[in-house]
Amino acid sequence: MDMEAAKLIGAGLAAIGAGMAAIGVGNVFGSFLESALRNPGAADSQQGRLFIGFAAAELLGLLAFVVAMILIFVA
Amino acid sequence: MATEAKVDPMHQFTIEKIAELNIAGYDVSFTNSAMWMLITTVVLTLFVAGGLRRQLVPGRWQMMVETFTGFIDDMLEANIGKAGRKYVPYVFSLFMFILFANLLGLLPLGMVGLHPFTFTSHFTITGVLALMSFSIVLIVGFWKHGFKFFSLFVPHGTPILMAPFIFLIELFSFMIRPFSLALRLFVAMMAGHVLLKVLSGFVINGSNAGLGFAALVGVPSFALMIGISALEILVAGIQAYVFALLTSLYINDAENLH
Repeated sequence: MDMEAAKLIGAGLAAIGAGMAAIGVGNVFGSFLESALRNPGAADSQQGRLFIGFAAAELLGLLAFVVAMILIFVA
Repeated sequence: MATEAKVDPMHQFTIEKIAELNIAGYDVSFTNSAMWMLITTVVLTLFVAGGLRRQLVPGRWQMMVETFTGFIDDMLEANIGKAGRKYVPYVFSLFMFILFANLLGLLPLGMVGLHPFTFTSHFTITGVLALMSFSIVLIVGFWKHGFKFFSLFVPHGTPILMAPFIFLIELFSFMIRPFSLALRLFVAMMAGHVLLKVLSGFVINGSNAGLGFAALVGVPSFALMIGISALEILVAGIQAYVFALLTSLYINDAENLH
């Protein structure tokens, strides 16, 4: 296979990771809202943990984006 | 078709020299990155100085600044406890610097010919910020606890048999912290700006390709751009918050072990 084509296919495959991270981030906020609506009194105190979970899930999606960018522009 | 308009989404990240400067063979030129750091510092100083009037009944401006300081104060109090008060100046500066840098980089100054440069979209800058946080964790940890600081890597109740493996895993996750801290901010800012430029490329090329393409590609892309711009303002705030939050969590490890 042509090297350039392989790079672009790899970058496209890396986009799957971004989609997977979307599921993860949605899951974090979805679960938070679900339980926050059950017990709104406790919701504010858990906001820090919400963003820690968000940051951890998001980082992996961003890594996928970095892989795509490296494949397109650097490699 | 004449020469096709080419939109290079990576061009916005090029560093341009404004004033050449060489000291002992090292290139320390004043660049657009340095200029926007300076602008951020000046705007931030003006913003905070405007709220330092210490009136008993705060005006609007003082209220605005005190909301931010109170926010950081509460965050440190919740995550570190009483000992967290002494880190308020550092974490406040860090949070406001990143927040202002992210927001100033989003300003639509390109309309008047001045191109904003988001320096938080460069790994060197976020890397230095992350290393500063990491050094504070190391210095505070070893200063306060000495070699007991290494007990951070072996949580309570670890079976003796598992201790070496847990130590390695915990050490690895500790050492990767500055990297992930810097990478998160840098990639989040870069991804947003690249996305906006790619969409603007759709708008420009779609509108140039005729009425049908303009209606089918140009207009929806433009509407999407407005939405993404709003999302970027949210991301600018969230990333600054996450950076400050994770810094305070890491400092908590150094202050209280666990």
